Amino acid sequence: MRVVLTGNHAAAYAALLSRVEVVAAYPITPQTQIVEKLAEFIEGGRLKAKYIRVESEHSAMAAIIGASAAGARTFTATASHGLVYMNEMVFWAGNARLPIVMAIVCRALAPPWNIWTEHTDILAQRDTGWIQFFCEDNQEVLDTVIQAFKIAEDDRVLLPVMVGLDAFILSHTATPVDVPEQEDIDGFLPPRKPLPFILDVNNPLTHSNMAYPNQTMEFRYRLQKAMERAMRVIMEVDEEYGRLTGRKYGGLLDCYRCEDADLGVIVMGSSAGDAKEAIDKLRDEGYKPGVIRIRVFRPFPREELREICRRFKAIAVIDRDLSPGLGGILYTETLTSLYDLKNRPIVQNYIAGLGGRDISVNDFKLIVRELYRNIEEGVEITPIRWIGIEGVNYEFKN
Amino acid sequence: METLETPLSKPSEGSAGITGYWRTFKPVINKSKCIKCLLCWIYCPEGTIIRVGDGVEVNYMYCKGCGICANECPAKAIEMVLEGEI
Amino acid sequence: MSLKIKDLPIEDYWLPGNPSCPGCPASLGLRLLMKALGPKTITIIPACCSTIIQGTYPKTSANFPILNIAFAASAAAASGIVEALELKGKNNVNVVVWAGDGGTVDIGLQALSGAAERNENIIYICYDNEAYMNTGIQRSGATPYGAWTTTTITGKKEHKKNLPLIMIAHGIPYVATASVSYPIDFITKLRKASKIYGMKYIHLHSPCPTGWRFPSDKTIEIGRLAVLTGTWILYEVENGTFKLNPPSNILIDKSKRKPIRNYIKIQGRFSHLNDEDIDELQKYVDRQWETCLKLLSIGKVY
Repeated sequence: MRVVLTGNHAAAYAALLSRVEVVAAYPITPQTQIVEKLAEFIEGGRLKAKYIRVESEHSAMAAIIGASAAGARTFTATASHGLVYMNEMVFWAGNARLPIVMAIVCRALAPPWNIWTEHTDILAQRDTGWIQFFCEDNQEVLDTVIQAFKIAEDDRVLLPVMVGLDAFILSHTATPVDVPEQEDIDGFLPPRKPLPFILDVNNPLTHSNMAYPNQTMEFRYRLQKAMERAMRVIMEVDEEYGRLTGRKYGGLLDCYRCEDADLGVIVMGSSAGDAKEAIDKLRDEGYKPGVIRIRVFRPFPREELREICRRFKAIAVIDRDLSPGLGGILYTETLTSLYDLKNRPIVQNYIAGLGGRDISVNDFKLIVRELYRNIEEGVEITPIRWIGIEGVNYEFKN
Repeated sequence: METLETPLSKPSEGSAGITGYWRTFKPVINKSKCIKCLLCWIYCPEGTIIRVGDGVEVNYMYCKGCGICANECPAKAIEMVLEGEI
Repeated sequence: MSLKIKDLPIEDYWLPGNPSCPGCPASLGLRLLMKALGPKTITIIPACCSTIIQGTYPKTSANFPILNIAFAASAAAASGIVEALELKGKNNVNVVVWAGDGGTVDIGLQALSGAAERNENIIYICYDNEAYMNTGIQRSGATPYGAWTTTTITGKKEHKKNLPLIMIAHGIPYVATASVSYPIDFITKLRKASKIYGMKYIHLHSPCPTGWRFPSDKTIEIGRLAVLTGTWILYEVENGTFKLNPPSNILIDKSKRKPIRNYIKIQGRFSHLNDEDIDELQKYVDRQWETCLKLLSIGKVY
């Protein structure tokens, strides 16, 4: 069924189709329509679930952890300050290995108050043990949330999953979306198994009392191993979902015209669309760039990225985030992946689009052209190129 | 024990070991004075006063010697005796 | 027809040989909780002494399910559990929060208030040892005026936060105070609470030998003195009707109360109190009684 949906509503429809059982969420711009739509589904009797109208995001994640520990399939959504407020419990969910799914509408952090898109909030959670997805469009939001449940609940994984969608660009922009049929999704996503544990009066166990150093490290080891196994499961689920709906996203990475490219643009989220358009235009001009959209940030696809990038002579990494004192987070992780290559490409970090500032097709064209020029002329790379601020050779008219 | 992905603990007496070793004084019940009111049983924080028949006994393996039973006994039937003596 | 000690179940689901201090009221409280409700009880325990007295992985002293959770989050986690169980049709399980005063009165207050406003079907028990005992006796909002703690070396300058009154203001189906020194009263209240649908709150006075500085054999005695001096008032508010429980119902008459000095002077945490401080504490106690008597005279508070 084809429906015109905003990214937020797409996430809500995905949760509906996934037959979530407990939702606990607190409103925050720009996530509110996700939880409002779910409240509509639940109160209208369309979704048999409980909606706990918690009094804060921290309580939202705590309630979800409780519900998940009691065996329910759970879902929540938040953004920006809500996410960093619940950070304590986000870590808890990761270490508890509960298969929770959460939609994150990536939004800038304050001060100043800013409701538009930026990836710093979700990337700040990269150490929590959650699998992290970044979506390019509303269709992918719907498909990925459904896939997220299957991945999270797989007994080789048992990790919570965050699905990131850009504030306003995806969350509030309506586009046509294919909504699968309930029976198709029921076949794809069976009811949840009681893993990794369930609170059961017939089998009294205590979860998470104290453990000493000589016991704790093993749990972290197993979490890392689960992340490593998750990569394979993500690929499998993408394939299976592709057979069901005809839509595949490439698993961990979405490569656009990379097979014969000599320069790569690495990007995450909705701006990949603009990047791909720019690459098409540049190809017409005779350049040979390609776009690598990182779909899964955790577990980070180091080997896959390395395999593709070994052919490139240069890479532009576009970070819609900032780790102050270091630079772009995606840039740093990319470099880690490429370190082992004998002939490493030149990698230039671009910080763009913070606080929701537009990254246009023209920006991408200027970035790529400049990078080609710099390689030819042997110009040294700079630690960070701030698009629109420093080194302003760019015009921002399309 | 199966490999657990997240810390789950199983019920066990003596999770802190044999806490009877903590004692300096131990409670000794004088059965002839005991009126079987069961107050010592209900007030024991550890659950180491156990019911035997209609009376009580001390579980010396885990009794920590806190002395609440002796302090509360209305018949003064419990004496706190220095460990090693009886 | 009141409950008799000999009628209480013999089996203990809170197991001996746990890491609690000798004379620990939390350990006793958990034992009594299980005698009241039985093992079809899922407990949620935030960071507090009761986290530690479970023992260390892979063992636990609890022969009933426990979900340990972060400090601020117990009421919220319990909400999640009870809603999930209800959805799955598992309705004959008690969902109980067992939290210390820190995780209730201070950092846990927001989640507790939220759960109360939503009238979640849980029993929330705050076992109040009147300080952050687990981290080494620092003051909490529930620490009484004048008490020594490691962060109020010359005695706390503020009065105790009255949580039961706050819960009464939430208008929930059941609010009660209790004491480990009055186990039949506590167990009766727990059993009553388990039969009510909605949010139930019980505030359990828990004298701590380690933190209050008294010998370990005096736990019950000091809890009893708290009630008999009128410092701790035993009451319950069932569907808005306020009622004093014995022996507090007799102590409406101030002359029947023992002098507060009897309660204070045997606790090391109050040893530095001078007459002025004791007066201040007496005034606080008098104010609590005034409030209780006003509630009693209204009868149906909500």
